[in-house]
Amino acid sequence: MNSATTATAVFGSEVNTSKKRMPFSRFVPLLLMVGPVILWLLIFVAAPLLYIFVISFMKKGIYGGVVVSLNFENYLRIFDPLYLRIFLVSIIIATATTVLCLILGYPFAYIIARASDRNKNILLSLIMLPFWTNSLIRTYGWIILLRTNGTFNTLLVSTHLISQPLQMLYTNGAVMVGMVYTLFPFMVLPLYSSLEKLDRSLLEAANDLGATPRRAFLRVTLPLTVPGIFAGCIQVFIPTLGYFFISDLLGGGNSILVGNLIRNQFLAARDWPFGAALSILLIVFTIVLMRVYKHFGGSLENIT
Amino acid sequence: MAQVSEKVMVELHNVDKSYGDNKVVKNLNLQIQEGEFLTMLGPSGCGKTTTLRMIAGFEDVTAGAVIIEGENVVNKPPYQRNVNTVFQNYALFPHMNVYDNIAFGLTEKKVNKEEIRQRVGEMLSLVQMDGYETRRPSQMSGGQKQRVAIARALVNRPKVLLLDEPLGALDLKLRKQMQVELKHLQRQLGITFVYVTHDQEESLTMSDRIAVMNNGVIEQIGPPDKIYNRPATKFVADFIGESNIFEASVVSINGDNLKVIFETGGAEVSASGFNQDEMVYISVRPEKLKCSIDAVPGFNLRGTVKEHIYVGSISKTIIELPNGQNLKMSLLTGTPLLPQGENVWVYWEKDDTVVLHTNEETLYNLIEQVPKIEVRV
Amino acid sequence: MNIHNKRLNKFLSAAFVTLIYIFLYLPIAIIVFFSFNSSKLNVVFQGFTLQWYGVMFQNGDLMSALKNTAIVAVSSVVISVFIGTLAAIGMFRYEFKGKSIVDSFLYIPIVIPEIVMGISLLAFYHILSISLGILTLILAHVTFSMPYVVVTVRSRLSGYDMSLEEAAMDLGATRMHTLTRITLPIIAPGILAGAMLALTLSLDDVIVSFFTTGVDSVTLPIYIFNKVKTGVSPDINALITVIILVTLLVMLLMRTFDARTSKKEQA
Repeated sequence: MNSATTATAVFGSEVNTSKKRMPFSRFVPLLLMVGPVILWLLIFVAAPLLYIFVISFMKKGIYGGVVVSLNFENYLRIFDPLYLRIFLVSIIIATATTVLCLILGYPFAYIIARASDRNKNILLSLIMLPFWTNSLIRTYGWIILLRTNGTFNTLLVSTHLISQPLQMLYTNGAVMVGMVYTLFPFMVLPLYSSLEKLDRSLLEAANDLGATPRRAFLRVTLPLTVPGIFAGCIQVFIPTLGYFFISDLLGGGNSILVGNLIRNQFLAARDWPFGAALSILLIVFTIVLMRVYKHFGGSLENIT
Repeated sequence: MAQVSEKVMVELHNVDKSYGDNKVVKNLNLQIQEGEFLTMLGPSGCGKTTTLRMIAGFEDVTAGAVIIEGENVVNKPPYQRNVNTVFQNYALFPHMNVYDNIAFGLTEKKVNKEEIRQRVGEMLSLVQMDGYETRRPSQMSGGQKQRVAIARALVNRPKVLLLDEPLGALDLKLRKQMQVELKHLQRQLGITFVYVTHDQEESLTMSDRIAVMNNGVIEQIGPPDKIYNRPATKFVADFIGESNIFEASVVSINGDNLKVIFETGGAEVSASGFNQDEMVYISVRPEKLKCSIDAVPGFNLRGTVKEHIYVGSISKTIIELPNGQNLKMSLLTGTPLLPQGENVWVYWEKDDTVVLHTNEETLYNLIEQVPKIEVRV
Repeated sequence: MNIHNKRLNKFLSAAFVTLIYIFLYLPIAIIVFFSFNSSKLNVVFQGFTLQWYGVMFQNGDLMSALKNTAIVAVSSVVISVFIGTLAAIGMFRYEFKGKSIVDSFLYIPIVIPEIVMGISLLAFYHILSISLGILTLILAHVTFSMPYVVVTVRSRLSGYDMSLEEAAMDLGATRMHTLTRITLPIIAPGILAGAMLALTLSLDDVIVSFFTTGVDSVTLPIYIFNKVKTGVSPDINALITVIILVTLLVMLLMRTFDARTSKKEQA
């Protein structure tokens, strides 16, 4: 205020321009800093998704191209029993994967969250470490283990536990193992962060008020980590629907999931409009799940 | 203190607590009577909170016994002890409303719904929070959370209520108000309170007895007036209220009359149980310190009026001694003040001091430095 | 009784955690194991050899896949960290119209299934007639890793005291100097964490790469994906083992670096 008055006295009419310059001096750095991200998101996220949305209403050309038209046929095709069955199988596998990850992940995250600070860091790094070798490479590791002449069968036969090698690879079970294996860390990390954040004095208070450790867990720990459980489940469930390479490699041709279906439309069948419609459906499904998640008090920050 | 009976409610017997090599509580012995308001007072890290947590059962004792109502409970988990705790950060369950928070302990005990409703209601009116049943902890102020935390503990009708710096997060005015309410509540219910704080003023206002802790041991235990007026150690004298402390040497003894000298002069004090030439601490409260333009018989202590500090109902005068030591003297505001820069004689009534034994070795060097000052009688 | 239970609990916890880690590392261990196998098939262990560690260098396709993977990872990390950090600081410091829209937009690449992002980018490149190659791959990788960088850096910023910047400017530092001398050093751990996350995501990605890669820009996972059905040669096992070792080394170095800096901060 004071400097403004001085400025008026000295420069007279210039005070108006300096007033306008103030927001400008904020605007330029703001634009330089946030501008690139906005531009990037518009070009590489918004535009492609919009394009997918548009072609989901078009028709497949004779040679695999896209023919401009407006119809809902692609969406109606989804209700073909053939595709409905794929959806059903996908959802069953995704649900089973999610439940398994949760059953294994919750106690695991709980134990890590209660470890000493030093051990905590080591244990967490050990979860992150496999990520640096590509998930496909690790899936390949499972092939070596599970195939008919693979490590497990060789071991089992040589110890005479079985006489004939078991068919382990190319089964839904193998797909499940691969999915649980690949997505397990995505379940553990949000669970861990919600358990870690839990104020220990709340548990002490529960014990102080007569709750046994079991009761304190049920009445305090569990309800307060629901957002973490939800976040973990979403981060396992949604990717499972799309991880086509796991069902490809471990399920062989026996297990076609939504992800494989979409992939096939874009590569093999060359039916982009139908593939686009399936993708839009997947997005809608994701949005619905996120809504439910937010409704139950989850925040986006937990999903990273 | 009529409610305080002779029955011992909580007893700590030779309790040790260490984390690794770090001894936090050392051979602690303490008896807390039924209906008593006992405060554990001390600086942070003195072991007071650890002691409280051992009574509650959150910490195991390394050695010794924690006896509640005659029963050693060291092997009992917190949920089997008939004590309840008010936590420093309140520890209200964020996912439950006020009603469910208060009802928590009763539902754990499978009390029937009707009784729970009635008892929670009683508690809410006791802490003056009627109508807040459906509020969430996040929607309440610090003072309101505090009241709920107290209600949540009291609804279980514990024999002992443990309070861990419960007012620490409140602003000064609210803290004063809650002090009065808590004391009132304790009188009304007749429950034993074990209260942990680092605020000496708070402990003086509220307690029946104060246990002053330092470095894992109880330095002194007793009623507030005794602690304030008759501190047993230099730490207590220093920690409770303000003190002017002199390191002195006893030069002559005449019954209860001691003549002492220190670096800046000499004085007379009244005390017993001291020996000729013994090194002692003399502690004088600011309100007991006096000064005069004229010399006072028995005292040879001169200083300069350095400054006056106005602190509401009282004023403080800082008197600087020749060796740089600053003495604090407090007067009721309105008492005529001596002008700054004035040279004054400092004295006190012989009975208004506390004389404490020292560890002689630490003061050995000091004796050499004491200049030969003639003691005027 | 009490102590007994505690011991049992501890034992069960340790056993459970160990089993999980065995599960997590089993497929990696088996690859490492067979990299020392003299047989060309990953079936039975015939004898110890290190030959595959030499052979792998003669496999031109494998080496170019490795090179492509590295190029994509490094460039996408650099770009996404640069853009993402700027955005995180800008969004932390300034209030502006549409901030919440940008915010929720950032989460789209995080939550939508990777396959949707893959096919949408594929279709997008197609309509713009951009031929698939290393560039399209890098752009795609930046797209999915940048939001994570923004989120990670921003979480570090949330504990950042703005008055530090004000103090710097009060002491005569320009905006640019304040950024380079105060803000960036303080949030450096956040930026590093963001960079590590971006690197991890880039190295781990299969699906988005699958749709946005061209014939001349095959990366390691795509190379292996194409080979798995016809049979993987053991030199790939050797290369993977080397990668795992490098990863371990980097992680150990970072841990000691971390320990040192945290010690310094304490001192």
